[in-house]
Amino acid sequence: MLLDLGIVFGRVAFVMMFMLNLGGILTWVERKQSAIMQDRIGANRASIFGFRVMGLLHPLADAIKMLTKEDFRPARADRFLFSLAPFVSVFFALVAFASIPFGDTLRVGDRVIPLQAVTLNVGVLYVFAMLSLGVYGVMMAGWSSANNFALLGAQRAAALMITAEIAIGASIMGVVMVYGSLNLQDIARAQGNALFPQWLGQWVPAWGVLTQPLGFILFLTAGIAATKRIPFDMPEGESEIIGYFVEYSGMKFGMFAMADFLETVVIAGMTTALFLGGWQVPYLMADGFHFPWGAVATLPQPAVAVLQVGSFVVKVCVVIFFMMLIRWTLPRFRYDQAMRLGWLGLFPLSILNIVLTGVLLLLLGGRA
Amino acid sequence: MELAAFTLIALIALGSALGLILKRNAIHGALFLVVNLGSVAALYLTLGAEFLAAAQVIVYAGAIMVLFVFAIMVLIPGKEETGPDPRRPLRWVALPAGALLLAQVLVILVGTRGPTPVGSPAPGGVEAIGRLLFTDYLFPFELTSVLLLAAMVGVLLLARRRT
Repeated sequence: MLLDLGIVFGRVAFVMMFMLNLGGILTWVERKQSAIMQDRIGANRASIFGFRVMGLLHPLADAIKMLTKEDFRPARADRFLFSLAPFVSVFFALVAFASIPFGDTLRVGDRVIPLQAVTLNVGVLYVFAMLSLGVYGVMMAGWSSANNFALLGAQRAAALMITAEIAIGASIMGVVMVYGSLNLQDIARAQGNALFPQWLGQWVPAWGVLTQPLGFILFLTAGIAATKRIPFDMPEGESEIIGYFVEYSGMKFGMFAMADFLETVVIAGMTTALFLGGWQVPYLMADGFHFPWGAVATLPQPAVAVLQVGSFVVKVCVVIFFMMLIRWTLPRFRYDQAMRLGWLGLFPLSILNIVLTGVLLLLLGGRA
Repeated sequence: MELAAFTLIALIALGSALGLILKRNAIHGALFLVVNLGSVAALYLTLGAEFLAAAQVIVYAGAIMVLFVFAIMVLIPGKEETGPDPRRPLRWVALPAGALLLAQVLVILVGTRGPTPVGSPAPGGVEAIGRLLFTDYLFPFELTSVLLLAAMVGVLLLARRRT
């Protein structure tokens, strides 16, 4: 009983530590990656006793600065909602990751531990629901600040997030149709099967990016829009327009920034789970490698589990790296351009993707 | 354990429903309604209806209420900008209407009190709901979609006339 509780706690703690630490490190990654892309050195001054560790101490220095700053609140602000808003933002970004599987199962003795914080039959919808609730943090922040510019910023942000979420929901449907499940673990498992075994043999795994290429592009685009970061950062537009958190200072402001980073991790995790094979390592089965040319390398079960978790973490990091690459490459969309892209580009294309997927599934006879 | 979870969720649902009615501030009321819808989703979850819970959160809390809050923020001014409500006497209509509704709910509750079903609960999975929607309830389902389409076309017409 106590052991069971401990295992559940461990699963949840792993996901939470993964999210929080990755979110924190991302502030450093963002600075360093932009510095490398722009041929600069980047943040490297924070030091403890002269140790700089490539600027890795900057997130720590940031946290100390944020926590010790004055926690300002406008006189006419709605006290309760003003304080609640950043927590709502961070909360829904944090819990969204819970049903994304980071591995298959770990067998210790006769115990089978699912490598997933929460096993849900409707995991896809769960992540989607939590992402869609994140809007409330933004709207509460803009409204409770008693500042018209913040309210306008909140409306821009809310409109953008709704646009992105509808496109996300519609582009996920193709994946759900191909793998025939709303369970993220089932979807990740199904991506280990071979793609078109009658023509290609066992060479190519049926990853979502191969079965749903259009869906992948649509999901990633809408996902970047949902994180409210460049090129879709007109809710805040740090250099010229005022965002919904204009009245926030200190750690409450930091929490809004953190929520964006956490959402980046969630979108990267979803992209991995739905389109990049989740925790799958090519040719790695539950008992070791089965190469298509016939070679077999058996591995003990814990080693397989470790490989799977490692593969998942690497894939998530690669997707985040790619999202940051886009962030530092593209200029910001104008508000109407982003709206047009969302409603006249992403959304109709996702519907087209659903129809195409349905027709192809019918023609090819069943699921991949 | 189940009883404790139910009591807690039910209390949250009741409290947020009261908050919705009693709060004067429209935004606070709307946010209470979001909490209420979420706690009803949690009740679905305790019954094992994961799909219904997710759909409840996505459709009601995540979509409809977002638009509600959005509209209230844009269209309804704060209480310092509006004077006293000119339709205040109309509020007394709420009492008989509410009493009627309560009576209806009570009649239905008393009328259907039967033996609690034993064995497997009603299927709440995605497959079961999908099959029901596209077989037994296909007509109401399609009718609803036509209704929504009509509403959408109406909104387009209203929005276009302005320009």
